[in-house]
Amino acid sequence: MYNMVDVDVSEKILTPDKSMDIVWDRPDLLIDVPNHYCPGCSHSVVHRLLMEVVEELDIVERTIGIAPVGCSVLAYDYLNVDMQEAAHGRATACASGIKRVFPDKIVFTYQGDGDLAAIGTSETIHTINRGENIVMVFINNGIYGMTGGQMAPTTLEGAKTSTCPEGRNLDLMGHPIKIADMIALLDGAYYVTRQAVHNSKSVRKTKKALLKAFQYQIDGKGGTSFVEIVSNCPSGWKMTPLEANDWLAENMFEFYPLGNIKIPQKEE
Amino acid sequence: MGQKRLMKGNEALAEAAIRAGVQGFFGYPITPQSELLEYMSKELPDRGGTFVQAESEIASINMVYGAAGAGARVMTSTSSPGFSLMQEGISYLACTEIPCVIVNVMRGGPGLGTIQPSQGDYFQAVKGGGHGDYQLIVLAPNSVQEMANFAFLGFDLADTYRVPVLILADGALGQMMESVEFPDYVVKEHLTDKTEWATTGRINGREQHILTSLHLQPEDMEKINKILQRKYREIEAKEVRYETLFTDDADLLIVAYGLSSRVSHKALELARKEGLKVGLLRPQTLYPFPSTALNNFADKVKKILVVEMSAGQMVEDVQLAVEGKIPVEFYGRMGGMIPQPDDILEKLRKMNGSKIKSALNV
Repeated sequence: MYNMVDVDVSEKILTPDKSMDIVWDRPDLLIDVPNHYCPGCSHSVVHRLLMEVVEELDIVERTIGIAPVGCSVLAYDYLNVDMQEAAHGRATACASGIKRVFPDKIVFTYQGDGDLAAIGTSETIHTINRGENIVMVFINNGIYGMTGGQMAPTTLEGAKTSTCPEGRNLDLMGHPIKIADMIALLDGAYYVTRQAVHNSKSVRKTKKALLKAFQYQIDGKGGTSFVEIVSNCPSGWKMTPLEANDWLAENMFEFYPLGNIKIPQKEE
Repeated sequence: MGQKRLMKGNEALAEAAIRAGVQGFFGYPITPQSELLEYMSKELPDRGGTFVQAESEIASINMVYGAAGAGARVMTSTSSPGFSLMQEGISYLACTEIPCVIVNVMRGGPGLGTIQPSQGDYFQAVKGGGHGDYQLIVLAPNSVQEMANFAFLGFDLADTYRVPVLILADGALGQMMESVEFPDYVVKEHLTDKTEWATTGRINGREQHILTSLHLQPEDMEKINKILQRKYREIEAKEVRYETLFTDDADLLIVAYGLSSRVSHKALELARKEGLKVGLLRPQTLYPFPSTALNNFADKVKKILVVEMSAGQMVEDVQLAVEGKIPVEFYGRMGGMIPQPDDILEKLRKMNGSKIKSALNV
């Protein structure tokens, strides 16, 4: 759907000077096309990390991803793995179906806050309660980005969106939901962690968390691995990317503190 | 063919599905289909398949979407209120051309309704049901034997055309016990090459497989629709199934499916004893509908009576099929009530002796 400029591969990849090492490269599994995400959006960073992890663990031949409804509905345009797009909120039911019939496959869902913590809350809770051995990647940016910036279940108190233009009023609109803390109480949850990708240090930590989550699935550990990534939405928040990252660090982490929420018992 | 067994319709369908090689069953309890779910939970894990009791019918149908999308032969079953909950997922299955079998053992409605048999979901079953332009192949059994037969047929048709197939039964067919024989069945692997589209992981580095119903450019979405419509025309040309009884000399033709056809058959026998020349046409596929056959009958018989356990739904398709050539009358019961042979007989007597008035004369 995007006009791709034909680029000669030899022109695109600069021949490295043999005296220099390549310290940064695009993972092969991250499809080399312009993406539709807004400048500065966390999605592109997480997409890259995911494909690095699939590549490093050498599991592309058995990996199946589930794209949700939301900004990342077109994730399969960028992630070069087999993917199914699920109905809004149903990603984990879809993943459960695959994993139960084909336990050797590596299955992950990639969901936003509206998908995972509003319309799909039932599927989220019951998938994890069954202890489905899948990885759930949860992008929490506190807003409905794709539909134009409406209030999400995770929108912070006082935050302005197009459906709470005066700011989220807890008396009228309820409280932001800490879904990761909720599901960590379920016996089927194996690994629950909350990370971010707003600076290079947090990106490295998120990569480690994703590697762990996928490794647990490969090892067939008993339960669901859940990686929440507190993310920005510069367009929805009406900020520049840098402002959005600063706002995120100053406001989101207080309510959604980073760190492990549940880790496998022997590692505690 | 094996030994004859005495079974409930729900159990016979479940047993047939297992023999058809079902790899996964995802369901949620609801009367009057729960025996199907229970049978699967007991039998399927020991016979090489996977059983999951989902948290809702919404989850069941999306588990079907996932597993069938990954290339497995899977199914779900439910009853009317649960079937309503599944409509969104079925629309996605139809658009992504994922083969699977769905069973609706209908009960009285609307709303929570009753747990007694009904045919009130006809429109929802044969006119799409969810959003967008799509069709399901709809099989309508009228015996425990056909509950079993249509499980085999359903999986084969699903694979042949890459469509979801619906087996539309009712509470009586699900609950009644009759003798049933299971045919020798071999899974026909050649019906579809699932390796061409299923999400299995990119084995040997092959091209990425994507199953999606999102096509943001309307030109692309129309193309997908045209592919679906072409497939439906092919199904309409090749897969119409129906049965006729005593139609050679018939003046009056009853059209009925499922349990209604069983009651109508009895009424037909009573009417024949009185000298009324009554025949019966029983659609076994509700989509594709036997429209051509009915249109041809409209040149031979004088009147048609449609009998349904609804307020009159299939009667509309019969009227469309006969193109106004002859009068089409209707007799129906609703909300879980079953038509009685005597009541149908009375209707036939009146039709034989009187001019026809309104069609929707419930």
